[in-house]
This record gives sequence, structure tokens and C-alpha cells, in this order.
Amino acid sequence: MVVLVDENTKVIVQGITGHEGSFHTKLMLSYGTKIVAGVTPGKGGTKVHEVPVYDTMEEAITEHPDANVSIIFVPAKFAADAVYEAIDVGIKVVVVITEHIPVHETLAFVNYAKKKGTVIIGPNCPGIISPGKTKIGIMPGHAFSPGSVGIISRSGTLTYEVAYALTRAGLGQTTAIGVGGDPVVGITFTEAMELFERDPETKALVIIGEIGGDMEERAAKMIEEGKFTKPVVAFVAGRTAPPGKRMGHAGAIIMMGTGAYQDKVKALEKAGVKVARIPQEIPDLIKKAI
Amino acid sequence: MKLFEFEAKNLLKKYGVEVPPSVLIAKGDDPKKKIEEAGLEPPLVVKSQVLVAGRGKAGGIKKANSIDEAIKLVDELFEKPIKGLKPSYLLIEKAIEHEAELYAAIIIDRSERKPLVLASKYGGMDIEEIAKEKPESIVRLHIDPQVGLRGYHARIVGKKIGLKGKVLRSFSNFLSALYKVFMDYDGDLAESNPLALVGDKVLPLDARLIVDDNALYKHSDLGERKLEETGEYTEWEIKARSQGLTFVELDGDTGIISNGAGLTMTTMDLVYEFGGEPSNFLDLGGGADAELVKRAVRFLFEFPKAKKIFINIFGGITRCDEVAKGLVQALKELGGMKKPIVVRLAGTNDEEGRKILKEYGIEAYTDAIEAAKAVVKLQV
Repeated sequence: MVVLVDENTKVIVQGITGHEGSFHTKLMLSYGTKIVAGVTPGKGGTKVHEVPVYDTMEEAITEHPDANVSIIFVPAKFAADAVYEAIDVGIKVVVVITEHIPVHETLAFVNYAKKKGTVIIGPNCPGIISPGKTKIGIMPGHAFSPGSVGIISRSGTLTYEVAYALTRAGLGQTTAIGVGGDPVVGITFTEAMELFERDPETKALVIIGEIGGDMEERAAKMIEEGKFTKPVVAFVAGRTAPPGKRMGHAGAIIMMGTGAYQDKVKALEKAGVKVARIPQEIPDLIKKAI
Repeated sequence: MKLFEFEAKNLLKKYGVEVPPSVLIAKGDDPKKKIEEAGLEPPLVVKSQVLVAGRGKAGGIKKANSIDEAIKLVDELFEKPIKGLKPSYLLIEKAIEHEAELYAAIIIDRSERKPLVLASKYGGMDIEEIAKEKPESIVRLHIDPQVGLRGYHARIVGKKIGLKGKVLRSFSNFLSALYKVFMDYDGDLAESNPLALVGDKVLPLDARLIVDDNALYKHSDLGERKLEETGEYTEWEIKARSQGLTFVELDGDTGIISNGAGLTMTTMDLVYEFGGEPSNFLDLGGGADAELVKRAVRFLFEFPKAKKIFINIFGGITRCDEVAKGLVQALKELGGMKKPIVVRLAGTNDEEGRKILKEYGIEAYTDAIEAAKAVVKLQV
């Protein structure tokens, strides 16, 4: 049982020849990730860190039919195209690192992916890591270690911070998923929690939320309804942030009673979740919870 | 980007929506001539074109019963700041007698990941008030973006807010156009409030459109918005933006530079936790290079509220050696540490970064807590 990816996962890097794409391909390879191909239009036939590059996803998948995950470093203007291209060749998990994709485009490809049975992670996310097995993302591998704690997070750097604190406390991780910081993202906290609930290796879960939206409240509701039964510790970033610039009055309406730090903490605590005041408290709270 | 009322109405007009007859007055225009050329007859409404909510209550919308009165109001409103903002434009409209005021909007429901139509028969007040006072009156309908908003969707919503007959048809046409504008212009929000009921049709007395900043490159027809016009930013926030920095001004004395919104907010939380107070939020984002770091450091040196600086980096896509290089370059060019700086580096290439800083005599922390405590302790 795995959460989306493991040591057998075969990865295609879309946008592999770019600055970030090539840098992180190197880091992923040195972590042990099995990258079988890269795609950059116009760069077919070349190689990046010994990984063969193709012009299209169709060619890449024909040459490497066992590839099942793709990771996208393509610039925002072309990122949606890359997502559709991956979905249409049958890739089952697409990790979208790219930031600044117009939200209407994300809305459309997330809905399309759902119909096609593809899981989108991101956009604007650090990716997914199963420590010791595979890293499909931009997180620093050395902050993570294998173990039995799951992590789901809306923030990139904060995920590394928490994983690093867990690792130093001797608490390894099964899988960490950064769901992304955009208003609309693919996999949500509750969808990821369904996967962690079914994963026998995962003994406890860390939720790293932040102000805005209602993903934390939905996670709390799921726990309260008994649909997630493992111990959970949470941290919500933005306790001291002044009320942010919000999206006009109509935006506030679906967030009635949600979105603010206090509301999220209240919802989580009501569901029996221990909420850390600073991320460095998380390891102790996890130790007490398991 | 927020559009001015007249811009939003021009777009609606382009999409076939009837809007009240009007004329736009820029500073220096001759209002009398403009009103006559447009063939507008009193009663008129003079509306300050500012991008703040609650414009009417703040005195930015005035009725005139004669053209002379309208001309006086033009002089008055150009000089009148609305929540701190003076308008560059005024919109003079024919005052429309109406029987009722409705509310209609389209937004993105981020959890359902679908466009959401909101409507109420109680328009005129803002949506938060409606939600508080008449929550049962708010009709919501999610739209599958692949299907789009169809006529029947609009009719379902219209029926539920009590419309029928010809008005229902007019409302349906209006809502379809509003949805098209929302989709074609990458809207975060498209709204009409109030949407007036006039005889057997609806007429938008006000219109708002907020366009997704990430999609602005597709909409060059909208032109550019000066940050000063939006009223959302302080002087230093505007300066920061012009230098490509993501910066929010706060009230404390500890300057914050971090990478990623979550970690930057958490860095603020940490400083508060140990008794300090941040002077700002400054997020380098992902993949910052030395040049950006240099700009950020220089900016906080100039920003008077920041008396000391806390740089908290956890490298992922950002490389700690690039951050270190940028900091050292900034210090060399600016003649040393103008303000005391505490640095914490962890993650990608942190050892390289630490080495670069050590050569310059800066000991970077590994642990965020220790670093936060150290910066709070600094007496300035």
C-alpha cells in the first residue's frame, strides 16, 4: 500500500531543459527517483543528466510505456497545455510545480483531470516525497527521513521546516504531499486524507494549513465524522497576519465563519486535533499522540 | 486587477447588456459640454470612480436635479477623497427610477472548484450585510465550466429570487452576459449591485469586475492600473512592488525576509511568539536569485520601520548559496550592515551558503527558534 508514489514510480519531467527543470532533475535523480524521460518542445533528441528528451509526451510515453507520473516545470503561460498533454497520454498523477497559472485555467484542467481519473498535485506546490523511496518535487531531500508520519501541506517551505523538525526528533515520514498554495488546486486535504487513512504504514498525520479558504475546516469535519481515524497534529500559518487583501465582498460569502486563523483552529480542536502554536512543537505533539 | 465601474460597464455593454446612459468626465474636461454632447437630461447621478468598497456611503455618489447642480458636484467630487483616494474620473449617469434592487455575482468557489452564481432579491447593501440579515435570500448555483452557464441556469436563479415573465428573460440575458465577461476576462469576481428592476427589465446601476492578476497578459485591452489608484497599498508597499518585491507593511520594528508565503507568515508568528514585532512581510517566493535578495536587503535598509532584519530561509527551489551571495553583495555595495541582521539558513545548499557568509563574518543559524530568539533580543 502506498500513497500515490513509491520506489517503482517512473517519472517524466515536462520542461526538463529549463533552469529549474534541469536543476531539480539532477537533485531528484541523486535522491534515487526513477526519471525515465523528459519533454521540451524543440529539444527532442537531446539529453539532460543522461535522461532522454522528447518533443512530445506522446513520444515519451511510446518509448517509456511504464511511466506513470509526470512533474511540470513549464512556465505559467504554457503550463496548462502541459497538464492536458500529460492527462491525454494517460498519466495518472501529474505534479504541477509552476506558479502564477491563471486560476480559470487551473479550474478547467482540474475538472478535466477528475473526469479522466488523473490526480493533480498543485499547482504552485513543492510536489510529493516518499522519503527513502522517491522524491517528485523540489523539496530538499535531506530534511526528510523514512518513517510513519504522513504530512499534507498548503505551503512549500513550511513543509520542509516541519519535516526537518520531525526528522531531528527521530520521527520519519511515510509520504509528504504539498497540495499547493493557489486558490484552486487539484488534490485537497480531504482527498489526500482518504489515501493516508488506507495506508497501513502511516500511523499519524501532520496537517500544515494557512489562513484563507476552508480546506482545514473540511479536514476537521472529516475527522469529526469519523472518516479519518488516525492521530492528527496541525499547524496553521498566519496567526499574527493582519487581515489580508481579500477577493471583494462576494469572496467573503463562501468563507462565512471560515478562513480566519481562529476559525480554523476552533474547527480543528473541536475535532480533537492538537494544534501547534509554532511548527517546532509538532514533533512533541506527535509523540504524545501516537 | 480591479476595474473601475465605467470600465466594467463598458465591457458589459460590449457583451450586449443595456446600461444606464452616461458620460465619463476626466479632470480638466468641460462637464457642461460633455453632458450636452451625450444628450443627458436631469435627474443625473455623479459617481466618483474610485476602487473602494462602500463608495456610496462614503459620499462618492451624489444626485443632481439639474445640469448646473451636476457641474457643481463635478468640482466637489474631484476634490473629495473617498476613503483616502481622490478620483481621476467621474461618471455622470442618467438617474434611473426603479422598483427594486437585486444582487447578482459570479465568483470562483475554490473548494468546489467551480464558478458559483450568487443572487439575492435584496440588493443595494453589500453581500456581507445580505448574508447577515437575509441569509435565506441568497441563491447559489454552481456551474460546470465545461457546460457553461446556460439559459436554464439563469432562469432557475431568476425564479428563485422571485422574477417571472419578461423580467425573467431580461435577467437571464444579463446573467449570461455577466458569466461570459467573467469567463472571457479571467474574473475573480463579476458583480452587479444594485441590479435594478425597471419595468420589465433589469439594469445594472453598478458593476464590478476583478481580473486575475496572473491572467492580465491575455487582456492587454484593459490597459494598466497605477497602484496609487487602487487605494490598497501604502507608499512603501507601492515602492516595493515597483521593485518586484512581495511586501506587506506592518507596525513593528523587525524586518522579515523569508521564502514562501507559509514560511514568511510563520517567521512573523515566531517573532511574535518570542516577544518581538515584525515591521513587514517580505516573501522572496520560489527560486530567488542573488539579485532579488540584494534588492530585498537594500529595500529593508531603506524602510525606516525596520530597525533590525531577520532573514529566515529554508531552501527548496531557493538555494541558500544564492541567498548568501545576494546578502554579501548587498552589504559590499551598501557599505556594510546598516542595520543588524540575523540569518538562518537550512535546506538546499545550506552548507555552501553558510560558508559564503562565514567568509564575510556572519554566523548563520541552522535553527529557526534560536535565530528568532536572537533577533528579538537585539537591542536597537
